[in-house]
This record gives sequence, structure tokens and C-alpha cells, in this order.
Amino acid sequence: MIFAAILAGGIGSRMGNNEKPKQFLSLGNKPILIHTIEKFSLFNNFEKILVLTPKDYISHTNDLIDKHIENNEKIIVLEGGNLRNDTIMNGISYIKENFNIDDESLIVTHDAVRPFLTYKIIEDNITFAKKYGACDTVIPATDTIVEADGGKVSAIPKRDNLYQGQTPQSFKINKLDSLYNNLSLDEKNSLTDACKIFVLNNEDVYLVDGDETNIKITHPYDLQVANVILNETVLNNDK
Amino acid sequence: MINNIYKLKSPKYFEKTYSELDVDKDVIVRPSYLSICKADQRYYQGQRESKILDEKLPMALIHEAIGKIIKDNTEEFKPGDNVVLIPNTPTEENEYISLNYLSSSKFRGSGFDGFTSDLVSLKKDRLIKLPSEINFKIASFLELISVACHGVSRFKKIANDKKDILGVWGDGNLGFIISLVLKTVFPHSKIIVFGKHIENLNLFSFVDETYKVSEIPGDLAIDHGFECVGSHSSQVAIEQIISLINPQGVISLFGVSEFPVSINTRLILEKGLTILGSSRSEREDFIEAINLLKNYPQMISYLNNLVTDFIEIKNLNDLNNAFNKDNNKSFGKTVLKWEI
Repeated sequence: MIFAAILAGGIGSRMGNNEKPKQFLSLGNKPILIHTIEKFSLFNNFEKILVLTPKDYISHTNDLIDKHIENNEKIIVLEGGNLRNDTIMNGISYIKENFNIDDESLIVTHDAVRPFLTYKIIEDNITFAKKYGACDTVIPATDTIVEADGGKVSAIPKRDNLYQGQTPQSFKINKLDSLYNNLSLDEKNSLTDACKIFVLNNEDVYLVDGDETNIKITHPYDLQVANVILNETVLNNDK
Repeated sequence: MINNIYKLKSPKYFEKTYSELDVDKDVIVRPSYLSICKADQRYYQGQRESKILDEKLPMALIHEAIGKIIKDNTEEFKPGDNVVLIPNTPTEENEYISLNYLSSSKFRGSGFDGFTSDLVSLKKDRLIKLPSEINFKIASFLELISVACHGVSRFKKIANDKKDILGVWGDGNLGFIISLVLKTVFPHSKIIVFGKHIENLNLFSFVDETYKVSEIPGDLAIDHGFECVGSHSSQVAIEQIISLINPQGVISLFGVSEFPVSINTRLILEKGLTILGSSRSEREDFIEAINLLKNYPQMISYLNNLVTDFIEIKNLNDLNNAFNKDNNKSFGKTVLKWEI
């Protein structure tokens, strides 16, 4: 069985003074979250598409899905957690409670605020997770990354080995669950991303080619850029 | 949903653009194998008039493609079905004029966006399910084969019964396919191909005779002629056809020229010739092309020789490289595996 988990748990603290979390802001004619769900809903092989959202936004999310997405019976809205990995683990708990999964069952996790991902990236995630157990979508780093300590540069890692992490990140569910439970509380608190659960356990995570336009709409500027590139195309299409 | 479309913004420059696509309407298809046509190259190389380029670009190129069904809101297809994509897109019907010649019909990669995108939404009648055993590389240029089928079927309807010798001018991709279709449909006719490049003509092993256009025997005559040359050279080709063709023959024109071509009307009148122009194909021609490949499997091995480049496209650099490589060869189709 294959599940999608769309992580819409953030409250958008970096998004300025908007009232709504960033995933509910409009991109073109629809909320960002809806664009993202629509892309996943094209895949017939997802058993369910879980949308993990802040508790106070569960009804709102359900309303939006009803309004914008026909045949939405595969989409389940659940409460997200405080941290990213809590949100993923909430999704996994729901899957384990409601479905009879086996060791080959997969979860494709994706940021709700990356609506520009391509069909191909999702397809590659499913293929790689099936084959290798875990994969991460990345693009080669273009900026030089500087490591600092005490206000001074301590190292400049070789750029050829550096990548910028995107999503989806995809895993065999049982393996992710057991590796997470292997971690100490300190290790769990140090997690900034789900792939690190594998890395801390010395397990391989394979790379899927991402795309530089699979941007994360984090800052007000990102939303402006996203709306400009979408609207520019609409203008060109009207030509 | 946001769809990613890869458009030619100006000659030799592709850019990624976005548009909203309604996933709850029609049929959603993921392109899988595409093939570059000379018409695409004319846009890519900037060989169209600058006024045309200004009007049409940015535009996604490529009108020869197959794909996989992702979602069908019409319940005609199943997800995963392999289909050929029909580029002609009618907006009305007409009692007398077929859909591919209606001026109101739009054509992918010419009147509007071609198939270089993440996903494409098409009406169900713009798709035909492919047989499971079909060769995908060859199927990618079914559109070109369907144009040959279309022209040959129109020729059949109007030509007289004497089809002993059929002459094909042009040793490129279209000449190859027309010759192969003619040899298959009219196995008892002698097919003669006239071309400029001896190395290309050598590949036409299934025809009866080949000649360089500069070395045509003086006593040679044909019953009907097929022009698959296009551009400046089509004038010379048409001139040769008119001079070699027997009275009341049919001259089928397939080659596209950016320039007006002068023709010898005096000889056309004297010989009572019919000139038949064919360019775009419709649904029934695609079906005919699929049936031909199914019923005459020997065509596959010849068409395989036509695939001279097979390139995986993972990004816009790959797409640029494929267009440049395609432009540097005189023969063969460039097939793209769409992995972007």
C-alpha cells in the first residue's frame, strides 16, 4: 500500500502578519494547499492522501477540499503535530491503526507549501522508496555554504557534495517507524527532517532529482514570486 | 492544479512556465515518448518569419507524441493505458470540410501549445489507445505515419487505376515513410525514390529503384508522383515530377515551403494533371496507421532504422541538446523519452 502525507501543520510564523497559515493563502485562483493535493490526487496508486493540518484548521481544510476537489473520498484530514516529525508520526499512527500494512508499504511525505512539484518527482519517489526503502528529493547546491562557529567561518564544505533538500521524502513505513523509535529523546529533538531518522541510524537514503522551481513558499517574497510566475504564464497564454 | 509547461520563448531558448489545469475535466495524460519534426525545428532555429515568431512564441513545441493516461473523467480509458495524442484540435464540425483542414481547427505546436509539458489535458476523441505490443519509439512519430496514410488514402480515392510506377521525391523522413506506406498499400506497384543523398537512398532497401535527382534516366516515366521535399528544393522536385509523369496522373504534395513555389502550369494543363495537397491528419488516419503497423509487422523493422537518436530528457538542457543534435543530421527521427 502507498500513502501520501501532505504536511500542512505549520502556522507560518515567517510569513509576516497574515492571518492564515501560509498553506491556505491563494496562489492563482486556489489555496496553495489545494494545488498540492490536486497533484497527488492524480496518482491512482495512493490508498489514501493524508493532509495533516493544525487542529483549528481541520474543518477549514475539509471545507476547502469539498469546494475545490471532486471525488475526494481518498483524502483524509488529520491533526498535525508540534514539529515536522510529530506530524509525520501522527500520519503513521493513523495508517497503522486503520490499515493492515506490510513491510513494503510506503509513505510519500510532502510539504503542502511546495505546489510546483512535478508528476515525475512523485513518480520517482515511489520508484526509489520501493527499491531502496528511503529517498530524499534534492537539487545541487548553487550557493557556497559556509559553516560558522562563534561569528567566524569554521569551514567551507566542497560544494560538489552539497545539495539543497526539497520534498517529497519517501519511506517504507514500518522501517521509518522502527528507526524513529530507536532514537533517544535528544536525537528526536535534534531532528529537522525525516531523512535524518535514517541517517542517525546509519541507514541509506537515496537521492531523487528535484527541480529548482519546486520552491517552498515560506516568506512573503516567495508567494509574490509564485503568483508572478503563474500570472505571467496566464498572460502569455492569453496572447 | 498547477501544470508545468516547457515553452520555446525565443529561438534556441526554452523556459519553464506554469498554468492552471482543471483535473476534473476531460482526460489527463502524461507524455512519455515524443519526436521532433521539421516544423518544430523551424521554430527552434528561428527560421519562421519574425512576425510569426512574435505572434506564436512563447509556445510549447512538438506535436508527435504518445503518453500514458493518468486520469480520465470521461471513463473511456483506464489509468496506465498507453495512447497516441492527436495534435489537431477542432473547434467545430463541417459537413464538407474535414476537421484537419478547417481553418478554425487549432494544431498543437503551431496554433497553440504542443506536448512538452508535465501533463496534458485532452478531449477523449483526441486520444487513441495503443495496442499493447506496439514499439513506443516508433509510436512516438505515429502522427507522421498518419499524415502519410492520410495522403495515400486521398490519393487512392482520386487516382486512376494505372498505378504501375509510383515516384517519390525526397530521401528524408517523410519520403521514407511515404515510400514504405506505398509499398505496403500497393505491393504490385513499382516504387521509385528520387533523392539527393546516396547514403540516404541506400536505406530505402524496400523500394524497387532509387535514383539521384541529377542522374534520372531520360526514358523514365511514372504514373503518379509524391513530393516529400519541401522548402526551396520543392520547386525543382515538382518540375521533375511534372516532366516525368504520365498524362492524367496525380501529384501529391507533402513538403512544406516557407516560400511561394513557381510551377509549370502549361504542362499541368497539357497533361491533365491533378495536384493534391495533404498536410495534417485526423483521427481516422491515426487508426489506419496503427492498423498498418499491426497488420504488416515488417514495416516495424524498416521504421526502426529511421530512429537515429533516442534521447532521455530530464531537463531543459537535454531538450536543447536534442534539438541541436537533430538539426545536425540529414536523415532520421530524434525520439525523446520524456523524463522531465
